[in-house]
Amino acid sequence: MKKQVDKSLVIKAEKLTKRFGDFIAVNEVTFEVCAGEIFGFLGANGAGKTTAMKMLCGLSTPTSGNAAIAGFDIYKQPEQIKKSIGYMSQKFSLYEDLTVIENIQFFGGIYGLSDKQLKGKSDELIETLGLKNETKKLVSSLPLGWKQKLAFSVAVLHEPKIVFLDEPTGGVDPVTRRQFWDLIYQASDRGITIFVTTHYMDEAEYCNRISIMVDGVIKALDTPINLKKAYSTNSMDEVFYKLARGAERSG
Amino acid sequence: MSFSTFSFQLSTFIKKEFYHVFRDSKTLLMLFGMPIVLIVLFGFAVTNEIKNAKIVVCDYAKDPASQEIINKLSVNKTFHLHNTLFNHAQIEEAFKKENIKLAIVFPANFYKDLLHLNGAQVQIIADGSDPNTANTLTKYATSVIMEYQHTLTKNSNMPYTIAPEVRMLYNPELKGVINFVPGIMALVLMLVCVLMTSVSIVREKETGTMEILLVSPFNPFLVIISKAIPYLALSLINLAVILMLSVTLLEIPINGSIWLLIAESTLLIICALSLGLLISNITRSQQSAMLISMIGMLVPTLLFTGFMFPLENMPVALQVFSHIIPSKWYYIIVKSIMIKGLGFGAVWKETLILFGITCFFLIVSLKKFNIRLS
Repeated sequence: MKKQVDKSLVIKAEKLTKRFGDFIAVNEVTFEVCAGEIFGFLGANGAGKTTAMKMLCGLSTPTSGNAAIAGFDIYKQPEQIKKSIGYMSQKFSLYEDLTVIENIQFFGGIYGLSDKQLKGKSDELIETLGLKNETKKLVSSLPLGWKQKLAFSVAVLHEPKIVFLDEPTGGVDPVTRRQFWDLIYQASDRGITIFVTTHYMDEAEYCNRISIMVDGVIKALDTPINLKKAYSTNSMDEVFYKLARGAERSG
Repeated sequence: MSFSTFSFQLSTFIKKEFYHVFRDSKTLLMLFGMPIVLIVLFGFAVTNEIKNAKIVVCDYAKDPASQEIINKLSVNKTFHLHNTLFNHAQIEEAFKKENIKLAIVFPANFYKDLLHLNGAQVQIIADGSDPNTANTLTKYATSVIMEYQHTLTKNSNMPYTIAPEVRMLYNPELKGVINFVPGIMALVLMLVCVLMTSVSIVREKETGTMEILLVSPFNPFLVIISKAIPYLALSLINLAVILMLSVTLLEIPINGSIWLLIAESTLLIICALSLGLLISNITRSQQSAMLISMIGMLVPTLLFTGFMFPLENMPVALQVFSHIIPSKWYYIIVKSIMIKGLGFGAVWKETLILFGITCFFLIVSLKKFNIRLS
């Protein structure tokens, strides 16, 4: 990992910990993510993935430990961090009672895009997603796969340095998942760092590097190829199973 | 952040809130249907039944003046002259047994007193157990008598005055009767603002959009302000509708300054908005927000504002409790301005108390507002 210079680190977590009473959701997690990487954050239900991600996004205050996002301290510079990140939560989170275009304009607007920038951006986005005939439809009438793709595109509308995706493809069919990952690659090609949690091991293979969290601790962190080598198997499923088998917590 | 970006962000957010309101038929019905229904319902409760009310007269005078007034009363469509009685004792009997609404007593020498002493008395007794009707009927009867007095004074130079002495049987003070319009204003404003704000914020938590908002660079306090502004505007429209209905349909005039009334209402709206915000902070689902709003706000507002149940008759503990109900103070203020036509000088104390309660709710709710979700 030392081959990267510090400057290009976009996420740096040091002994990041979150306790809820006696329960330690995230226990002294330390890792780094480099600029432009697609970083997979894996773990069984209840392993602490979402909690860790929420701390990085500023939605949750760590009990102890440090983290820097895009070079900004999570305690001291939350406002700068907010401008540098995009976020897509586990729940589908666009407004169902607003139309496609209204959602795009709303989220673009609160991210501080100007009217003019917004116009260009939304035209481009609708073009890419092929939603030209759906712009005036309520989001509630779209199929789930399209909603997810729209939610992702909205999350990167303001060209953030990093985008956090919390199980973005939950409940979506394999074809749509594939299309979703095409969008992720496109964003990655534009230089956006991707931090993604997932359950699907085929998706883990799409990542540059992955970490596997078990019981609030990162048990393994490397490229998919190296991990498979280290656990002398040729499937990510097997790697995950070997690591997560010993978990005491499960969702 | 430049001011133009800031205002663009804010207007984007406010526009979105209006979309939510205007696309939800339930919200719209609640916002604009409820005040109209309440006003019309209460309006009918008051304006009904005032035709052919049974009255009795007890005429000790039997002189031209008393006869003239009795004639005027009996041709009036409001009254139906049921009987003529001969003494006071029969009056109570008539009220109890014959469903009499009003009794009018002329003392002996009524006309003589009027001519020689320039003043005479007439007694009007009403059934106070039905306060709405009693109040309206005594007013009508008084105006009939006043009309007679007027024609009398017009024809001569003498300042004759008849002093109608009104006595309410069973409910002498007639509290909280025609003053229901201020009560409804308080109720509607509290309901709309508390319920709507709390539900609209909790809905964002429920759908997960709150997370997205909190991760965005949009200031969390602006989320609150952008939520509050549309409901403030809608509540003011509501207020205008209520006032218009009460003036046109119910013929209840606004005697005081309308600007003062609007200013005081804005204060109550802000108070209710902060209460709604507080509720949204402590709840996680729309149902519980609704439930807490109903139990924690609607019930106390109905009970302790004073327009449905007189506060004077409550146990001391409840009377003390009523002091922390914002709508109680608002009700007193609106009654003074609207019905009595008083100015700010008469209501500054209540305004100060309402202001204090508002500040308290505002500070607590802003402190409790979670910038981070956990």
